[in-house]
Amino acid sequence: MRIRGKLLALPGLLWLALFFALPLIFMLIISFYQRGVYGQLIAEFTMENYIRFFEPLYLRILFDTLVVSVATTLGTLLLAYPLAYYITRLPRAQQMIWLILIMIPFWINFLIRSYAWVIILRSQGVVNTTLINLGIIDVPLALLYNWGSVMLGMIYTLLPFMVLPLYVSLEKLDVRKLEAAHDLGAKPWQAFWHITLPLTKPGILIGSVLVFVSSLGMFVVPDIMGGAKSMLLGNVIQNQFLSARDWPFGAAISIIMMIMSALLIALYYKAMKWEERLEGTK
Amino acid sequence: MRSLRVFSYGMIIFMYLPMLILVIFSFNQSRINAAWTGFTFDWYISLINNRYVLEALGNSLIVAVSTTIIATIFGTMAAYAFYKYRFRLRFLWKALIYLPMLIPELLMGLSLLILFSQLQIPLGKLTLILAHVTFSIPFVFLIVMTRLEDMGRELEEAAQDLGASPAQTFFKVTLPVISPSIIASMLLVFTLSLDDFIISFFVAGPNSTTLPIYIYGMIKRGITPEVNALATLLILTTIILVVTAEFIRRRGNKNARSIY
Repeated sequence: MRIRGKLLALPGLLWLALFFALPLIFMLIISFYQRGVYGQLIAEFTMENYIRFFEPLYLRILFDTLVVSVATTLGTLLLAYPLAYYITRLPRAQQMIWLILIMIPFWINFLIRSYAWVIILRSQGVVNTTLINLGIIDVPLALLYNWGSVMLGMIYTLLPFMVLPLYVSLEKLDVRKLEAAHDLGAKPWQAFWHITLPLTKPGILIGSVLVFVSSLGMFVVPDIMGGAKSMLLGNVIQNQFLSARDWPFGAAISIIMMIMSALLIALYYKAMKWEERLEGTK
Repeated sequence: MRSLRVFSYGMIIFMYLPMLILVIFSFNQSRINAAWTGFTFDWYISLINNRYVLEALGNSLIVAVSTTIIATIFGTMAAYAFYKYRFRLRFLWKALIYLPMLIPELLMGLSLLILFSQLQIPLGKLTLILAHVTFSIPFVFLIVMTRLEDMGRELEEAAQDLGASPAQTFFKVTLPVISPSIIASMLLVFTLSLDDFIISFFVAGPNSTTLPIYIYGMIKRGITPEVNALATLLILTTIILVVTAEFIRRRGNKNARSIY
């Protein structure tokens, strides 16, 4: 029975091995292939695809992607922390309502959520039309298709990824420690800086990794809200596969992105362990 | 605390206002989403008469239903096995289960595209289902596993002490306790599948467009208020499914605690 019972896990694990692990191995192999004249794959080993990534053009896009990802992470953190903190101070029943309110956008298609901003920001959009009708401006403002609108879209769509882990972390915070700090004469900001912030570091780290990894692979928001100039790594990869038909080069950039994601996910596991330990000491 | 409250309410407005505006404009007479010119159902009516939308809806439903059935069965089986037995290389297996949730969807979609093209599997509903089950199994596993761990081992041990066979124990004791989480994960997987764009975009093929892919096309081609109507319906469906799932899951957890 022992052996037979264990086999229950087999279909699921086999499925993930076949359609998650195996495709990634295929991708790794193809990243060392050469591209034929018509975009076909030639199975001859080359490092060319990886070397090509170090051209200034692609390094520039990598740099932009990292800057946007860091800014998105910081932006969501600054907006999500006070919100998550506020929720934990509410009575239990109200907390549940707020959490569901925050969870819903997480499930709503982010294609739709980015598009909602397009109808607000475009030149014939809600903001411009209102301002023109009020006589404040004569010519529509260029609110869309720039780095600012990309940042807004990224922060907007990724916000729930940050709020939920922060909430989990803040919810575990022992209020007695804050009271003790208060009794010992700490000012509110001192208590926050020396107690709340250090004890919620795992939540900050988990949320940051989730947001950062998601922004690294983002291509839909820049595509819809960024216009042609605001290119991120995800858009380059997508172009290599669908327009340029250079799969080996696209695969090589994907592998580079995967390595960056893997390093961050390792950090995520560390933070998870840390959070479990903090729970143990409570 | 007061400024914190104002800030938090502001954040909720920030999160919901854009979607609310979209919903409002889906009832606007004007073709341009800028000023209100009067109430109409026209965009919903033209949506219902749009052959391509109906086709995309059909594809989405076929894929979502198949995905839900397969992923729920396989995910629940795996969760039960992991709850019941110790595995060698447990870390490796857990990584296989959890990594699909963490890795960028773009990479998952493209690697599947490479796999299918190398194995010469034509892109279509089959490849969509294969891909959707892959990203859904981890969700089912996580939700059911959490429930099993909350349940503890005492109930199953008591049943076995009273002479129940393993199969009887599972179907008469365990399954009733975990069924709320199974139903909740079914609703969530259905939502995930119905809503997925990124992975579907790469593995759908030209003849099996799903609703999100169709919406993407509409946005790219130029904006008609029909998109607003379609997006509104999708938002509404998602909210109903997610809130129902959350309600069932929470109620299930509460009942289970009262057993003890």
